[in-house]
Amino acid sequence: MAKRLDLKAVDIYYGDFHAVQDVNLSVAPRSVTSFIGPSGCGKSTVLRTLNRMHEEIPGARVDGEVLLDGEDIYDRGSDAVAVRRTIGMVFQRPNPFPTMSIRDNVVAGLKLQGVHDKKKLDEVCEASLRGANLWKEVSGRLDKPGGGLSGGQQQRLCIARAIAVAPDVLLMDEPCSALDPISTLAIEDLIADLKKEYTIVIVTHNMQQAARVSDQTAFFNLEATGKPGKLVEIDDTSTIFSNPTEQATEDYISGRFG
Amino acid sequence: MATDTGLERPDRPAAAPAFQPLSTGRKLKDNLATVLVCLAFLVAVVPLVWVVVTVVGRGIGAIVSADWWGRSLSGVLPESFAGGVYHAIYGTLIQALIAGVIAVPIGILAAVYLVEYGRGRLAKTTSFMVDILAGVPSIVAALFIFAAFISILGAQQSAFMVSLALVLLMLPVVIRNTEEMLRLVPDELREASYALGIPKWKTILRIVLPTALSGTVTGIMLALARVMGETAPVLVLVGYSQSINFDPFSGNMASLPLLMFSELSNPEPAGQFRIWGAALTLILIIMILQLGASVVSRFSAISK
Repeated sequence: MAKRLDLKAVDIYYGDFHAVQDVNLSVAPRSVTSFIGPSGCGKSTVLRTLNRMHEEIPGARVDGEVLLDGEDIYDRGSDAVAVRRTIGMVFQRPNPFPTMSIRDNVVAGLKLQGVHDKKKLDEVCEASLRGANLWKEVSGRLDKPGGGLSGGQQQRLCIARAIAVAPDVLLMDEPCSALDPISTLAIEDLIADLKKEYTIVIVTHNMQQAARVSDQTAFFNLEATGKPGKLVEIDDTSTIFSNPTEQATEDYISGRFG
Repeated sequence: MATDTGLERPDRPAAAPAFQPLSTGRKLKDNLATVLVCLAFLVAVVPLVWVVVTVVGRGIGAIVSADWWGRSLSGVLPESFAGGVYHAIYGTLIQALIAGVIAVPIGILAAVYLVEYGRGRLAKTTSFMVDILAGVPSIVAALFIFAAFISILGAQQSAFMVSLALVLLMLPVVIRNTEEMLRLVPDELREASYALGIPKWKTILRIVLPTALSGTVTGIMLALARVMGETAPVLVLVGYSQSINFDPFSGNMASLPLLMFSELSNPEPAGQFRIWGAALTLILIIMILQLGASVVSRFSAISK
């Protein structure tokens, strides 16, 4: 199940614009790694290169290697669709499919990949909703549209949808930034549970959240607007927040930044 | 602070009240603008109501008879208040239907191309051509079909030729409308689908198109309603017939606009009677289509 991620000398470009420079990092299986840093420093960009989602933007390009258990996901033979089946993603704003019921939302990935065995779909649906801590709240109304849930429930529905296709790695792009503190707490508890089975990478603007949920923290920064973003430092979360090596990290964490 | 008016703070000099009363100048301008907007609305509505009242008033006598909906004008003398127009209703419906069957798939596929795949020169050219096509007058579309299919390829005049001209008129409407509906589908849904490892074509087919469905269907029905009243293609591309012809590929076929046009040369009062009746019938059919469109959009509206 959970796999290891290694980035080696990754540079990301949008057309001529050099967005992120020379990222090297490793993410251990069954761990949570958080990306922190100021807006525009490229942390979301790096996250989106991990499942080739940035390719949806015209002109985007990646140099270097992104290895999933040693296999380069940018290898010429590898298919972006297959990569995304292995590396799932949860987005900043909850985005359930508006035309589908709660059940169909959860199993959308499987169904559209060609699984039609109703018994299996029902099992996966229940397991995924339980995995996302949403089963108790929605089990009575699986046929209702997903858009009728609250924001926090919708986000957990999106997590259920992402884990229903059984990925090896789960990427989360500021999953709590549109949610209230109670829903945020629910998602954070969920992340702690999901860690037992998945490798998780999470982008967050909330440093307390990074400190609460992650084992490892990476700090990204950029020298000036227009310059490429860089990975400043990556270390155990406790080290980053108590005794960072770089002055820039300490400035950012202690609020002396910009 | 908004509440700091000086009243709660006796240590400060009393300030002028924070909110001045509405000045006379602004009141005047406000009233003037209200009057102008209401006048403009009346000017816009008066001709509309006038047309409806006239057509209903003069046409209602014709369409209330059972013969009107169930018989043709075959063998009916010009001066006789008898017969019906079902041959023309059939013609209008079948011509629009054939046009729709051809134009809708092409239009939707073109819109999907423009929104989901189109980049670079081909997309720009296509988009430009669609704009030009949208500006082509119906008589030009009709003459183009006449030149291309009848003069050059040697086809006979028929209802099908009319349908081809209607396709030219429907296509830009369907493409533009579908395009707008597809652009309204948030990219987040596409990304959510890609992130589940669903290929692009399946994302379009199963996520994007269903989300845009109700708006697309509404647009198609409006486009159909629009082309039903087109007169130039039926004048140029098919002959008039007093009797029913079920075959769209050969022979003369009546349609409501064509019937109205041919009855214009009938000096008898019965001719006027049929014209107004046909006009009301056409308006009714188009109204039913529009109502259908709004029902469809209500029923398949994305449930919240």
